[in-house]
Amino acid sequence: MNKKLKSFNSPTFLAYALIAPAAIYILLIVAWPVLETIRLSFTNSSLAGEDYVGFENYEKMLSSKKFNKIVTRTFVWMFFSVSLKLFIGLIGAILLNANLRGRSMFRVLIMPPWVVPIAIGMLGWLWLYNGYFGIIAGVGMHTGILDGPFGFLAYKQSAFISTIVADVWVGTPMVTVFFLAAMQGVPKDLYEAAYCDGASRWDRFFKITLPQITPVIITMSILSAIWTFNSFEIIWILTEGGPRGATTTLIIDTYKQALGNYKFGRGAARAVVVMILLTLFAGFYLALLARINKKISHG
Amino acid sequence: MNKYKLYEKIILYFSITIFLIFILLPFVEMFYASLRPLDHLFRSPYQFYSDDLSFWAYREMWNTVPMLGRYIFNSFFLATSVAILTLLFVIPAAYSYARFNFPFKNSSLYILLAINMFSGAVLLIPLYKVLRTFGLLNSYQAMIVPGVAFLIPTSIWLLKSYFEKIPVDLEEAAFVDGASRVQILRHIIAPLSTPGLVVVGIYAFIGAYAQQFLFAITFNQKKEYMPIPSGLYEFIGYTTVKWNEMMAASLVGIAPVLIVFLFLQKYIVEGLTSGAVKN
Repeated sequence: MNKKLKSFNSPTFLAYALIAPAAIYILLIVAWPVLETIRLSFTNSSLAGEDYVGFENYEKMLSSKKFNKIVTRTFVWMFFSVSLKLFIGLIGAILLNANLRGRSMFRVLIMPPWVVPIAIGMLGWLWLYNGYFGIIAGVGMHTGILDGPFGFLAYKQSAFISTIVADVWVGTPMVTVFFLAAMQGVPKDLYEAAYCDGASRWDRFFKITLPQITPVIITMSILSAIWTFNSFEIIWILTEGGPRGATTTLIIDTYKQALGNYKFGRGAARAVVVMILLTLFAGFYLALLARINKKISHG
Repeated sequence: MNKYKLYEKIILYFSITIFLIFILLPFVEMFYASLRPLDHLFRSPYQFYSDDLSFWAYREMWNTVPMLGRYIFNSFFLATSVAILTLLFVIPAAYSYARFNFPFKNSSLYILLAINMFSGAVLLIPLYKVLRTFGLLNSYQAMIVPGVAFLIPTSIWLLKSYFEKIPVDLEEAAFVDGASRVQILRHIIAPLSTPGLVVVGIYAFIGAYAQQFLFAITFNQKKEYMPIPSGLYEFIGYTTVKWNEMMAASLVGIAPVLIVFLFLQKYIVEGLTSGAVKN
C-alpha cells in the first residue's frame, strides 16, 4: 500500500473530528442527565431546593411494600407483553411469508401501529375499551358474554390485561417484520434439499426455519423486553397507572414521583433503578450480539 | 416447491384476516366513529349499523379546536426539523465509522447501542434542567433538542451500514488521483448514498413524529408550539368528549406520516432489518 493511501485510511484526527458533533450532543443530552439523575437520587431535591441525604431515598424506596409490588408488577406485565409479541409476531411472520396472492399488501397493512404516534393510536384504544359505547363491550353485550356495560380500564385486572393488549398491538409489527426478514434470509437450497428428501412443511419449519432464525428470535426478545420495559405513553394515556395503581409500572411510578409530586430526589432514585435494570438488559444484549457477530465472521 | 392445497389456503387467509383485524381494528373504528354523529356514538349497546354517516366531523373539528391546523403544521414542522438535524449530526459520524479505523471504534459503537435503550421518560428531570439552562423551555427547541438526541444512535448504525456498501476503491482511486476529501464527498459519496440518506431521514421523521407526546407535555406549555398528539387532548376538555371530531382530527393528523410511509415503506423495512438480520 502506498503512503498516500495509508494516510487516507487511518486519519485518526479526522475520524474523531467527524464523530465529535454527534458525540458531544449525546454527552450533553443523554450522558450528563444520566449522571445528574444519579446525583439527584442522593438528595431530597424538590421545588423548594435540595439537600444531600445519602441513601435515604433508596432505603425508603426499597423498604416500601408498594415499591416492591411495583417491581413485581412491572416484570409480570413485561413477561406477558413480550411473550405475546414474540408469539404473535412469529405466527404473523409465518403467515406473511407464505406464498400467497396479496402478501406484499398484507406486509404494508401490518405496519400502521408502528408508524402512527403511540399517543394517537391509544386514543383509538380508549374508544375501543369504552364500557358503554366501545365496540368490544358492544360485541360482548350483543353476544351475551357481558350482561351490561363493562369499562375495561375501570377494573384492576381488566385494566392490567387491556394495557398489555394495547402494548402488544404497538410492538407486534416490528417483531413481525424482523422475523419475516430473518425467514427470507434462510438460504433457499436448504428448503429445496429438504423438499427433495420428502420433508413435510411442518418438518421444514421446525428443522430448518426455526433453528436458522433462532439468533434473531433471541435478539428480538431482548430488544422487545427493553422497549416494553420503557413503555410509558401506552399506560399513561390509557390509565395513568390506575385504577388504584393496578397498571403502575416502574416507568410510570418514576414519572409520577418526579413530575406528579415534584419529589425529584425520590423520582431520581427510581430512575436509577430503571437505569440499572436497563444496563443489565443492554449488557446481556450486547454480549449476545458480540457472540453472534463472532460466529458470523468465523463462518 | 409444492403448492398449497385448498384447505391450507383457506386456513392461511383466515388466519391473516384475524391478524389484520387485530392490527387494523383501532383505525377502522376510529374512521367509523369519525363518520357518525355524536349522539349516535353515545348509544349503548353498540350499534354496528348506521344510516346517518357523514363527513360532518371533518368540517366541524376546525371550529371546536381552532388551533388544529397549527398543531398539524407543528407536528410536521417538528418532525422535519428533527430529521434534518439528525442527518446533519449523523452523516459525518456514520461516514467516519464506516471508513476509518481508530481507537475505541467498536466500544463507542456499542455504547451508542446501549444509549439507545434509555428512554426519555427516565431522564426527564435533568433534561428539564438542561433545557431550562439554555432557555429552551416552551419553544419548538424544547421538543427538537431531546428528540434529535434519542434518534442519533440508531441513525448512525443505519447509515453506517449504507456507507459500508459503497466500494472504498472508488474513493481510494480518486484520492490517489489528487481529489480532496471534500471533492470525494461531493462527487462520489453524496450521489451514491442518496438512497441511504433517504431511508435514515424517513426513519428519523417517523421516529420524531412518534415521540412528540412525552417531550411535548413535559417541556412545552405553549399552545402555539404543540404538536398534534398533545393538541388532540383539547377535544377532551369540554363537557362531553367530542369523540367523532377527535377521531377525525387524529386521522387527519396521522395522514402525513402514513403517506410518507406508504411511498417509502419498502426501503424503510429493508433498511431497518438489514442491520439486525445478517446472512
